[in-house]
Amino acid sequence: MTALRAWLLPHRIVMIGLFAALVLWCAFALRWDWIPKYAPLALEGIWRTIWLLVVTTVLGFLLAIPLGLAQAVGPWYLATPARVFCTVIRGTPLLLQIWLLYYGLGSLFPQYPWIRESELWPYLRQAWPYAVLALTLSYAGYEGEVMRGAFASVARGQIEAAQAFGMPRFTMFRRIWLPQAIQTALPTLGGETVLQLKATPLVATIAIVEIYAVASRVRQDTFIVYEPLLLLAVVYLVIAGLLALGFRKLEARVPVKGH
Amino acid sequence: MIELLSLSPPGWGGNLLRGLLHSLEIAFGAFGFGLLIGLGGACGKLYGGPVLRDLLAVYTTVVRAVPELVLILILYYVGTDLLNKASEAMGYGRVEISGVAAGIWVLGIVQGAYATEVLRGAIKAVPSGQMEAARAYGMPPFLMLRRVTIPAMMPFAIPGLANLWLIATKDTALLAVVGFNELTQETRQAASSTRAYFTFFLAAGALYLMVTLLSGSVFARIEAWARRGQPSLRKAAT
Repeated sequence: MTALRAWLLPHRIVMIGLFAALVLWCAFALRWDWIPKYAPLALEGIWRTIWLLVVTTVLGFLLAIPLGLAQAVGPWYLATPARVFCTVIRGTPLLLQIWLLYYGLGSLFPQYPWIRESELWPYLRQAWPYAVLALTLSYAGYEGEVMRGAFASVARGQIEAAQAFGMPRFTMFRRIWLPQAIQTALPTLGGETVLQLKATPLVATIAIVEIYAVASRVRQDTFIVYEPLLLLAVVYLVIAGLLALGFRKLEARVPVKGH
Repeated sequence: MIELLSLSPPGWGGNLLRGLLHSLEIAFGAFGFGLLIGLGGACGKLYGGPVLRDLLAVYTTVVRAVPELVLILILYYVGTDLLNKASEAMGYGRVEISGVAAGIWVLGIVQGAYATEVLRGAIKAVPSGQMEAARAYGMPPFLMLRRVTIPAMMPFAIPGLANLWLIATKDTALLAVVGFNELTQETRQAASSTRAYFTFFLAAGALYLMVTLLSGSVFARIEAWARRGQPSLRKAAT
């Protein structure tokens, strides 16, 4: 009720009215006649963007757990490589990483006959394995740092209690340590996942047809400048909004003291 | 491999360094422009009227949810269109916009949204008594901003601003997609004309990493300077 009332303040009603007028003006004054022709391609592009986002965040998160653990409690010969990996990933632009993997590895592989003759070769000639690899490593690099903090912040008493009950180490990790670390990291993970969504259009530069590439093609084919970009921005806004909503639901599953 | 990276013309090292310089110029300009927007935005969000606050909320939300690449394209076309319209209205004809200026404009607006949030948080962390004391002495708002608010919020803002600076240096790479001659674009040109992709991309990565590590130590110094006079937390704990 209060949420609804917050939207009905006088100045907000005026602003919503102005915004609606702007949307109507955009709908009628700008050119949208290209949409029916490109709609199937655009849907495919949106699907590919979401697929990339889901696959790379899941794989990247699985990789981030050992990275964070190694940095938080690991011996130095595990902690140092993990820290170097995170620093390098976070210190260089993702676009450069994508191009290094795609052009660099892509030009290196054909020189080795045993790679060319292997069963993987048909996949290695396509662009998407490099895109998935680059985005996964990037997410893992950023999340490794987040998980390091999260693992270190789990209260000692929790782990000591599990040890006192004679819980095996792996069970303790799975039942006590990891869930609590994920719970603390969830707000940051939500933000980082939106950042990952914003990173997906970079793979359009290595010829993967996701939604950004579809918009670029529309612009090239029809010479329309603004309309595809505006629609593209709206698509990303909607996906980012859904992500934020989903993470808020996840966070709300565990009640926090004092709220 | 060393010849490829040498500074004089048969090697491409000079081009890479020139690209790095352009990247740093754009990053520096965008960071400064973003700070200005952020300071205005933070003050507007904290002290502005309801309409201004809502508009700023829309600005920060939209910029932080739409990919930088898309924003760069939109702002680039909007900026050049507006500038051309303005100059035509004044009777000058079309103007050419330099890559550096366009990059600063585009990335500055993106940075401004993040800076608004960082600075708003920092200003809110300043004990309100300090600002109330300044107001009680009848200090005009700008003098208060310069003498009280900004120095007092610096220690809280520096870590976030350091992050923003790193984002700015890395975001300049995105301008390669629009064809500006910054480091990533120069690297791609060098790599595709010599076919030595690995060498050049690794070299550019090393340059970016160097900038990141150097900025890290510079910002650590700035933070130590901004915190001067404050009791150290570490000493207080022992």
